[in-house]
Amino acid sequence: MSNNPEELSHEPLQVAAVQDVTKVYRLGGQDVKALAGVTLEFKQGDFVAIMGSSGSGKSTLLNLLGCLDRPTTGHYLLGGHDVATLSDEDLSRVRGRYLGFVFQSYNLIQQLSVVENIMVPLSYQLPVRPDGRELSTKLATLVGLAGRLDHRPNQLSGGQQQRVAIARALVNNPHVILADEPTGNLDTATSNEIMDLLDVLNNTGRTIVMVTHEPDIAERAKTVITLRDGLIQSVEQNRV
Amino acid sequence: MNVIQQLKLGFRSLMLHKLRSALAVLGILIGVTAVIWLVAMGEGVSYQAQQQIKELGATSIIVRTIKPSEEANSDSGSRSGIAYGLLRSDYDRIITNIPTISSAVPMREISRDVRRDEFSVSAQVIGCTPEYFSINRLPVVRGRPLAASDLRGLENVVVLAHDVAERLFPIQDPLGRAIQIGTEFYVVVGVAQDRTAAAAIGGSFSARQYNRDVYIPLSTFRKRIGDRVITVRGGTFQNETIELNQITAVVDDVASVDASADIIRALLSRYHKTLDYAVVVPKELLEQAETLRMMFNVLLLLIAGISLVVGGIGIMNIMLATVTERTREIGIRRALGATKGEIVQQFLWETVVLSGTGGLLGVAVGFLCGPTVEGVRLVIESFMPELWSTLPSTIHQLEPRLAPWSIVAAFGISVGVGIVFGIYPAQRAANMDPIEALRHE
Repeated sequence: MSNNPEELSHEPLQVAAVQDVTKVYRLGGQDVKALAGVTLEFKQGDFVAIMGSSGSGKSTLLNLLGCLDRPTTGHYLLGGHDVATLSDEDLSRVRGRYLGFVFQSYNLIQQLSVVENIMVPLSYQLPVRPDGRELSTKLATLVGLAGRLDHRPNQLSGGQQQRVAIARALVNNPHVILADEPTGNLDTATSNEIMDLLDVLNNTGRTIVMVTHEPDIAERAKTVITLRDGLIQSVEQNRV
Repeated sequence: MNVIQQLKLGFRSLMLHKLRSALAVLGILIGVTAVIWLVAMGEGVSYQAQQQIKELGATSIIVRTIKPSEEANSDSGSRSGIAYGLLRSDYDRIITNIPTISSAVPMREISRDVRRDEFSVSAQVIGCTPEYFSINRLPVVRGRPLAASDLRGLENVVVLAHDVAERLFPIQDPLGRAIQIGTEFYVVVGVAQDRTAAAAIGGSFSARQYNRDVYIPLSTFRKRIGDRVITVRGGTFQNETIELNQITAVVDDVASVDASADIIRALLSRYHKTLDYAVVVPKELLEQAETLRMMFNVLLLLIAGISLVVGGIGIMNIMLATVTERTREIGIRRALGATKGEIVQQFLWETVVLSGTGGLLGVAVGFLCGPTVEGVRLVIESFMPELWSTLPSTIHQLEPRLAPWSIVAAFGISVGVGIVFGIYPAQRAANMDPIEALRHE
């Protein structure tokens, strides 16, 4: 990394990087290596799809990238910190400040309205943003839910719920959006709509890391990383 | 999030399970209501007792004749009968030797049937001096009280208590008419005000039934009825001689009550071989009643506290179920940046909403204590008159008195219970692994 602004204009900013991370679980008295040493770098504006069969370590990698878990060894740089060694409380703060999550099953909070769901990450940030509701309303409009601000999740279709989730992932202006099978519960047409939305976000400079097992969904990312037995098997660049 | 937002969120989360939350609230409501009601009734009873003791006068010292135990007078228990109790000379000694005593009333009493024509009523005949009425705060509402001249002249005059007057003179005006006590006739000169029974004090006499008294001059009592009382018991004559049943002494200042009482005790013990009298100080009774009231309140609080703890366990139960059900939500919130502490806070606020709502409703129901007691009393009185008549007068006259401190305490404890019993479920929520929680179905 250089501080020379001229170089920065050519080289996109690095937002996250894992260096030789391993993750070992103890299952039934035996050590299972879910990640056997993975090194990756994410730059601003990247759109990365992580593929792999079940047991390849892609969920473990996403949990590590999402700061929901700590690697057994290795480093994870996010927002200028090595978050691999942070305390539980600091990890919560890092998640709230630098990351946005989109889940397969949307994971909206049922008792809250659309706008309130979008606002949830803000409630864990200090200082309190006085314009949280306006920002959330703007984001709801951006993802095409302007008419449903006060609806509850159970009054929305799957596609609409995922749009709320995407808006929620944007509200804290994260460095990286992590999407775990974002289209896994949706039909093809709706899946395409959601992917279009992610494309739009990516084109405005958002960094997106997505786990999927559907090749046609992975094809829409710029980079496809395939994992196998806890190691990177291949890195392919799609159309640029 | 600020407090109002937290409360709103807690309320909405609880509305996901209305019945369950309502039942938890009910548990706390009952606990809080129990605290307020029990304390109110306890306060009511002790207030009654205190009022009755106060009627006796905080500045007065009552010396009562009591019958000594059998062993103490076995030597004198002969055919000639026994003499015991306060003496007229005791009265003289008290009034002349103790400067702090401003006035004193000697009194002699006996049960007698009082008659007028075909009307008859069993009454307590009281021989006393004019001061008796002022010292016992017993106003004579019709006619006049006894006068000094009545005593000097040994007049056959009588002042009737309210009930006696009503029984003997249901229609006519009793003033100026004659009634018969034993074989003697007395002219009614006055009627005393209606007065309900006073407290039982010092074990020496039960609740004083002022309404069953007839008052005659002490000197007339001595002349017409005399000191000797002959009763038939178990086929043998009992022969007792009593000069005075009671001396009520009044001091000028509350501060000198205790010292004066001690002097009276010392004075009497010099002239009485056996303990045939008791010195009762209403002020001491008042202090005892105060101690008793506090102990009573502590006991009631304990009972009520138990019901609050039961309510708290109810809350804990529900919060544990809630935490399990909302595992997914906890995972989501953790992923979106909530720390463990913030999860604990969220669930604690929920329990505070539960227990606080229960507390507020409990206070509201607590205010209904008076009307409820009144209602229950009416129901018993009108539908179960036999049961009603067997209940003690304390219950007949019970007026619950809401104690402000009990309302504050009950509400505070309920919220405290919510927090204490909410901590475990909330910590359980916070300690969940976010990855596991997100995977939870």
